Amino acid sequence: MLNIGHYSFSSRLLLGTGKYPDFKTQKEAVEVSGSEILTFAVRRMNIFEASQPNFLEMLDLKKYTLLPNTAGAKTAAEAVRIAKLAKASGLCDMVKVEVIGCDKTLLPDPVETLKATEELLKEGFIVLPYTSDDVVLARRLEELGSHAIMPAASPIGSGQGIINPLYLKFIIEQTKVPVIVDAGIGSASDAMIAMELGADGVLLNTAVAGAKNPVKMALAMKMAVEAGQLGYEAGRIPRKETATASSPLEGLSVK
Amino acid sequence: MKLMINGEEVMVPNSLQSITDLLKHLNLHDQVVIAEVNEDIIDNQKQRETQIKENDKIELVRFVGGG
Repeated sequence: MLNIGHYSFSSRLLLGTGKYPDFKTQKEAVEVSGSEILTFAVRRMNIFEASQPNFLEMLDLKKYTLLPNTAGAKTAAEAVRIAKLAKASGLCDMVKVEVIGCDKTLLPDPVETLKATEELLKEGFIVLPYTSDDVVLARRLEELGSHAIMPAASPIGSGQGIINPLYLKFIIEQTKVPVIVDAGIGSASDAMIAMELGADGVLLNTAVAGAKNPVKMALAMKMAVEAGQLGYEAGRIPRKETATASSPLEGLSVK
Repeated sequence: MKLMINGEEVMVPNSLQSITDLLKHLNLHDQVVIAEVNEDIIDNQKQRETQIKENDKIELVRFVGGG
């Protein structure tokens, strides 16, 4: 089980809800993924357009836990405001703190992320900060009381996969709350590697939404996360420099 | 009555008294809409009792797809 705050989830795959080709594909992908946590962003309404189809309204909210993000925020104050707006909906008490500090790389601003996390924890939110793979920052975020740490595998939407497995492993080893590898996942194997490293979950969006077949990719991600988790629990064999035969060397039937 | 909604000046009937009235007027009442009035974030269950008046600065936001 993946335990975050007072929540308990059987799925370790968290799915973003942006950039799908259409709602039907998205709904199918979400169902097939088995995800129980869905991320959302908070944006202004178009007040002059009454009929604004919204994915949220297609969901059975009893089946999913909403994880609004603070995307768009560049300061702690902006992130806190977005989180409070989301909570005022009465639909959620979790938030993904996302304070971007660089437009090119979309890497988080560590100082503002820390400030926003501290403030939102004081306000009683269940806080999941999105962070870089900075080991010390991850520790500081945990010390504040974060309910999960979400280090990036690589830049958001880049599909580069896990570019720094060593630092991710350091973070995973030192962290007692769940570590959810967020952002940069491109393929099912990337998700599996994250889980094999010992991550407690994977959050991805573009890898599914932007795939040629998002529904198939959603299933691939589900299976990859499960396989990675099983593999991690089973414990892999050590790497060796030399070959070791799998078949017995005795009793060869040769003349 | 003149309101500033999402950064735009909007004229609405004077008969509107609450956020709930405003959302009905805009035909947005069937959706999950979160309101902020003069920088005060309003819990959705308090939309009915939250009064609006001339020149109020109102933000109306919702959940959209995101990662």
